[in-house]
Amino acid sequence: MIRFILAIIRRDLLLVARQPAEMINPLVFFVLVVALFPLGVSPEASLLSQTAAGVIWVAAMLATLLSLELLFKLDHDDGSLEQLLLAPYPSWTLVLAKVFVHWLVSGLPLILISPLIAMMLFLPSEAVPTLMLSLLLGTPTLSLLGAIGAALVTGVRGGGMLLTLLILPLYVPVIIFGASSVAAASQGMPVDGYMALLSAMFVFALMITPWAAGSALKL
Amino acid sequence: MAQFSWHMPRWFHQMGSPKWFYNFGGLLQPWFALAAVALLTCGMVWGLAFAPADYQQGNSFRIMYVHVPSAILSQSIFLSMAIAGAIGLIWKMKIAFMVARSCIAIGATFTLIALVTGAIWGKPTWGAYWVWDARLTSTLVLLFLYAGVMALNQAISERQIAGKATAILAIVGTVNIPIIKYSVEWWNTLHQSSSFSLTEKPSMPAEMYLPLLLTVLGSYFLFGLVVLIRTRSQILQTQNGASWLLQHKDISGAK
Repeated sequence: MIRFILAIIRRDLLLVARQPAEMINPLVFFVLVVALFPLGVSPEASLLSQTAAGVIWVAAMLATLLSLELLFKLDHDDGSLEQLLLAPYPSWTLVLAKVFVHWLVSGLPLILISPLIAMMLFLPSEAVPTLMLSLLLGTPTLSLLGAIGAALVTGVRGGGMLLTLLILPLYVPVIIFGASSVAAASQGMPVDGYMALLSAMFVFALMITPWAAGSALKL
Repeated sequence: MAQFSWHMPRWFHQMGSPKWFYNFGGLLQPWFALAAVALLTCGMVWGLAFAPADYQQGNSFRIMYVHVPSAILSQSIFLSMAIAGAIGLIWKMKIAFMVARSCIAIGATFTLIALVTGAIWGKPTWGAYWVWDARLTSTLVLLFLYAGVMALNQAISERQIAGKATAILAIVGTVNIPIIKYSVEWWNTLHQSSSFSLTEKPSMPAEMYLPLLLTVLGSYFLFGLVVLIRTRSQILQTQNGASWLLQHKDISGAK
């Protein structure tokens, strides 16, 4: 079973490597959205540093949402999803492998570029480690929860918008705690509670979502 | 391996039969309607007109008799929808998916009523129509979850698959219900904590509490009535041409 998971991971990474746009697009989107805020709202450092935590988190969430639709769509369209589901391994293994690649391709670059973004929005530098840690815990959770939505709307027309509508209510707690942790850190307050809750949400998502998304894929 | 001797009771499996559900539901329907109308009228009139005014809020607290039942029902209905969906998935009962589908619209309506009446109540008491505290935000998330379930149900054209997909989504969304219910205990919220529970004596006097009880019960009967009507109509839609239906007195007109 581990070999199956590794094989799927290798296959998906190969597919991404052939189309680097899939990896670059969410990143560019993230940076663009973040850049739009000072332009649209106010370039003042005081205002920006107060809202930076929330803006970065919402932008990260939007970037993840953008790339989620393709999670199962490409495989569904050419029929390989059905073949993969016929494999003698539980469907949650397939979901786990795909979500891992999705996170590597969309979540990890966000985490790595977040210090630069934090500087653009004048986030206090003592909050940057918390930002990276909260994104490290939060983006896999977002990918996992998004997988349920992506699995449910596979093959449905107009799935992209529907996917957003389905997933956003589930994302709300993650965003609330992620953004609050960074806001608390920028004021110098302890973030242990927030990190604990973010970790709990991640573990919960890890337990439940592969199974739920696997059942949804088989529909 | 020892023989598995415990099974679900017979009535549980009987309810999975469209004919049985249609007939039994038809028997229950007028009684539910009667109970709903009686309890709601009595409770609303008593609460909105005759209950004593609150010493702090005056007469504006009366909207509680609309707000609280709607809020309670909005959460209970989501839970019922998820349970019906789970029963449908586990026991592969089509009726269970129909029941879950019936819950969506009424649940969303109750949530909307709760949010709007809450906003109306909030203006004189808190000075604001809306605050982003834990309970209001999580109830708004509940409304979005209902909208998502509704959208998913309509988007998938094949009825059986739509039933299963909405069941999965409803089950996943149930995680929000404890968050709403315990939000007033876990966070520092502007929304007051519950004044009554199933196990303790209520903190309000009986003249205020009893009409509330009546409206809550009446709303539950209203929910039951709507589910019965909608599920029975779905049975009519899907059992087109079934022999028991063609001979049924509702269709053939025979007395």
